[in-house]
Amino acid sequence: MGVVMNEKQLELLRLIEKNGRIDHQTLADMLALEVNQVKEMLTALEQQAVILGYSTLIDWTKVLNTELVTAMIEVKVTPIRGKGFDHVAERIYRFKEVKALYLMSGAYDLSITVEAKTMMEVSRFVSDKLSPLDSVVSTVTHFILKKYKHDGVIFDPPEDDDRRMMVSP
Amino acid sequence: MIDSTRYIADEIQTLKPSGIRRFFDLAQTMDQVISLGVGEPDFTTPWAVIEASYHSLEKGYTAYTANAGLLELREAISQFLDTYFNVKYDPKEEVLVTVGASQAIDVAFRTLLNPGDEVIVVEPSFVSYVPTIKLAGGVPVIVSTDEAHAFRLQKEDLLRVITPKTKAILLCSPNNPTGALLNKADLADLREVIIEHDLFVVSDEIYADLVYDESYTSIASLADMYERTLLISGFSKAFAMTGWRLGYVCGPKAIIEAMTKIHQYTIMSAPTMAQYGALEAIQHGRADVLMMKESYQQRRNYIVKALNEMGLKCHLPGGAFYVFPSIQSTGLSSEAFAEQLLLSERVAVVPGHVFGDSGEGYIRCSYAASMKQLQEAMARIERFLETLK
Repeated sequence: MGVVMNEKQLELLRLIEKNGRIDHQTLADMLALEVNQVKEMLTALEQQAVILGYSTLIDWTKVLNTELVTAMIEVKVTPIRGKGFDHVAERIYRFKEVKALYLMSGAYDLSITVEAKTMMEVSRFVSDKLSPLDSVVSTVTHFILKKYKHDGVIFDPPEDDDRRMMVSP
Repeated sequence: MIDSTRYIADEIQTLKPSGIRRFFDLAQTMDQVISLGVGEPDFTTPWAVIEASYHSLEKGYTAYTANAGLLELREAISQFLDTYFNVKYDPKEEVLVTVGASQAIDVAFRTLLNPGDEVIVVEPSFVSYVPTIKLAGGVPVIVSTDEAHAFRLQKEDLLRVITPKTKAILLCSPNNPTGALLNKADLADLREVIIEHDLFVVSDEIYADLVYDESYTSIASLADMYERTLLISGFSKAFAMTGWRLGYVCGPKAIIEAMTKIHQYTIMSAPTMAQYGALEAIQHGRADVLMMKESYQQRRNYIVKALNEMGLKCHLPGGAFYVFPSIQSTGLSSEAFAEQLLLSERVAVVPGHVFGDSGEGYIRCSYAASMKQLQEAMARIERFLETLK
């Protein structure tokens, strides 16, 4: 498990983590590599499951004819002998509503991010699917009211006009 | 009515405004311009630095600081230079915090020069050097660098311009506008000449953190150079803090003490809120610098390849955020090239001749612009070149 990366691989990963849509030729130019080298690196990183996918960050609040409710749920669970938290985590992350799941240190064990169309759906997820699990001891549900920043990207950033002088020494 | 001009000193009346000014005025009047003419980072100052400055204001730290700057800041600068550039300066007596590196250069020459003393300036160079030396009563003596040597000063060329009146040499590596980096071997070569002819070195190292392929060497770190070198740097470029106007100069005690006399009478102390921001930057801003540096390097790689592919030959610059392609293949002067490019394709670059005669035939393109802008600019320049054929 896990692979040690060289400097170019690290740089490539940092670049595409910020922008997954830079074309191969531009990536090659920026990294001072040949385009084939970039393609090979990407294929290898995908095969090693270092790169897990290429998704798009969408601000759904700007899309008027959709509804999206996001909740973060703190869950206390009883770990199972021999399997720790992994067994219950797997039972939870298989639900399609679960967007993220983390094992936490501190006052609770699992942090779940759930996305649904309505608060009712989230509530049904908690009462019908999550709470009945044998290992789940308690849950606390927090609804997200507004997203300011996600995955390092600011939603509705202040207007980004370049205030530099057009030509300067 | 009296013409007020007659009150202006002769020397200032004859002082020419920078050639950059004309392009600035022209570009200002136009819309949709993509500017590769900007001599400053496209990043905003790291937030933690802005916060630290806010905080200092909230706490009411609004008084003057010591003339030489906050001792904490001088200690941090001294520590930083020791850690990254292997040069040691006593923060109490050998570091002066200035209003940008520009003020440090100004005070340096006013401290060093007697009327008529010659200072060697390596061109193409930053536009302020020659006027600053003249205003200090010195005589700038130009030594040119060329594309064949990737704009790195050659020992033989330096030897050729030394006279009995030569007092000092002004070095800037990595260089604005060429991006040329003098590496350890280059500096060792120059050092021999400098010591042999007992020259003083004013070393503008403002781009020292933005070096891409080799490690950076400060000339002050070479043997027997400390006594004869002023190391000038600042926060503008590496920390994206140009508007804060904060720089520093380090050197032997006697010279820093002399410079501090001028500084105390003319400036008192550098802005306090900027000093608190700079303290945060130099103590905790390394990760930000490295992130920005990586991004500049990627854009450099891209633009150098793109320009060479369209026939504007340029060397791979070792540092800063400028490329200096030759436009000689077009048959145009650099002024005509830059002006026509601006008017027809709305891309602003700086014609090389404003950086000295040896810059004629070249343009300076700053790649401190987003990749999207750079790609669009390259497409426009290529289209412009097509029209010249």
